[in-house]
Amino acid sequence: MMYEIRLHSRGGQGGVTAARLLAVAAFRDCKYATACPFYGAERRGAPVVSFVRISDEPIRVYSQIREPDLVVVLDASIMDVVDPLYGLKPGGTVLLNSTHEQGINDFRICTVDLTGIAISLDLIIAGSPILNTPVLGALAKLGIVSFDSVKDAISEAFADERNITAAERAYREMVV
Amino acid sequence: MLTIATGNKAVAAAAKEAQPDVVAAYPITPQTEIVEQIATYAASGEMKCQYIPVESEHSAMAACIGASVAGARTFTATSSQGLLYMHEVVHWAAGARLPIVMANVNRALGPGWNVWAEHTDAFSQRDTGWLQVFASTVQEAYDTTLMAFRIAEHADVLLPVMVNLDGFTLSHIMQSLETVDVGDFIPEFSLPHMIDVDDPRGYGPLTAPADYYKFRWDMERSMRDSVRVISETEEEFAGRFGRRYGSTEDYFCEDADVILVAAGTLGKEAEVAVDLLRKEGIKVGSMRLRWFRPFPELDLRGREVVVIDRDYSFGCGGVLADSIKAKCGGEVYSVIAGLGGQEVTYDDLAEFVRSRRPGEEYWFGVNGNDV
Repeated sequence: MMYEIRLHSRGGQGGVTAARLLAVAAFRDCKYATACPFYGAERRGAPVVSFVRISDEPIRVYSQIREPDLVVVLDASIMDVVDPLYGLKPGGTVLLNSTHEQGINDFRICTVDLTGIAISLDLIIAGSPILNTPVLGALAKLGIVSFDSVKDAISEAFADERNITAAERAYREMVV
Repeated sequence: MLTIATGNKAVAAAAKEAQPDVVAAYPITPQTEIVEQIATYAASGEMKCQYIPVESEHSAMAACIGASVAGARTFTATSSQGLLYMHEVVHWAAGARLPIVMANVNRALGPGWNVWAEHTDAFSQRDTGWLQVFASTVQEAYDTTLMAFRIAEHADVLLPVMVNLDGFTLSHIMQSLETVDVGDFIPEFSLPHMIDVDDPRGYGPLTAPADYYKFRWDMERSMRDSVRVISETEEEFAGRFGRRYGSTEDYFCEDADVILVAAGTLGKEAEVAVDLLRKEGIKVGSMRLRWFRPFPELDLRGREVVVIDRDYSFGCGGVLADSIKAKCGGEVYSVIAGLGGQEVTYDDLAEFVRSRRPGEEYWFGVNGNDV
């Protein structure tokens, strides 16, 4: 079975890196994985979409994910601009970066305050809280990848151990 | 070593493994990551090459030509407008019989300004005398770049090779990648007509009508010989490293009444469309065109052929459809799809097959497209 994940973020929030790190973690779990951002005219703050596919079989699909199993929203305000839930499979999961639980009918909603975690650890680059490493902890909590592989993927990419602390906190604090 | 990498990083890793003496390149989206990575390898000493950050693509190819004729193994990478800008010397490299290897990250041509995948950039260079091959996975981009050096430098070929990969769709996707220790798979490079101060010769002199055609014929003879060299190289690559490709990658073609032909990532996704259609009882197979020059010998007579062109030759038709009509037989239904990164899914590819109208041309997404 192929598991399809669509990540919605704004330019500068680390959605593209999160997708890539997630693929690395899945690869560490001995799965086939592909990660591909949809690049447009990227600017900081503009909506960005990235796609991750994880499978036990080689992946031959390159087109964008229209019917994801999981949608990750790194910035809830993006929902005013685009509909990140389009095509989400019935009973699919939404992972939302938010300070409070949100009710969205028909889907399993998981919330975690990734921004708060990043700020409390002072994980901030050029004024933007870093969300790409904490979100991996939340994804591990959902069972998409193992937490050990998340740690490997993060430490391979970043020397700063606060990134792993952030992932651990998101793993613990996510409300399912 | 098994790792995970983007298509661009895979090409850079293959270039590193092939140990070119000179890399001259200019960055352009979506190829930039290749150049950045090679510059990093060169700066850290991981690559022993002379890295020349030139001021334009024309200069990149010109520098490769100079280095190659001096006996250096050379590599460069470009895309789209950059490839067009180097066009004059792209011809020259082939005519001078210099086995330069170039990665071309396929991207549409402006205007309108567009950075996404299309094959018109590569096909616009089809008459230059370069061998051209299209990859469809990160692994294939890596393996093919390695093979490209050996094929180009083979004494029976001595023509440059362009390795194509779809912009973003392949250049920026992360997939698993097994890197290899290439060992003596790529023999030491020796150019028979390299500059030798002890044996002076003329290079690029005026060539009169009585002789010029002989050089052209010699290029074509080598292009024809390259079919065998490619096949031998792929065979040996499979023996050493366990992966086999071929001039086309055929999927359920044997008993197929309908063949879906495409190049690049669309050709790989076509396999998923075949799986869907086979479940519906349609006897279809897919043929992913890997080598474009030399164009493979295919016998498609007696079959319907749905050809996906991610390119167009205005006033004529899809470049692949035309070549297949001219050389391979079969009742061709020409589909123009994926231009400028236009989204094409396996569902779309399956629908092209279901609604095929052999003899006609169809532009995907164009209203009233009974063209």
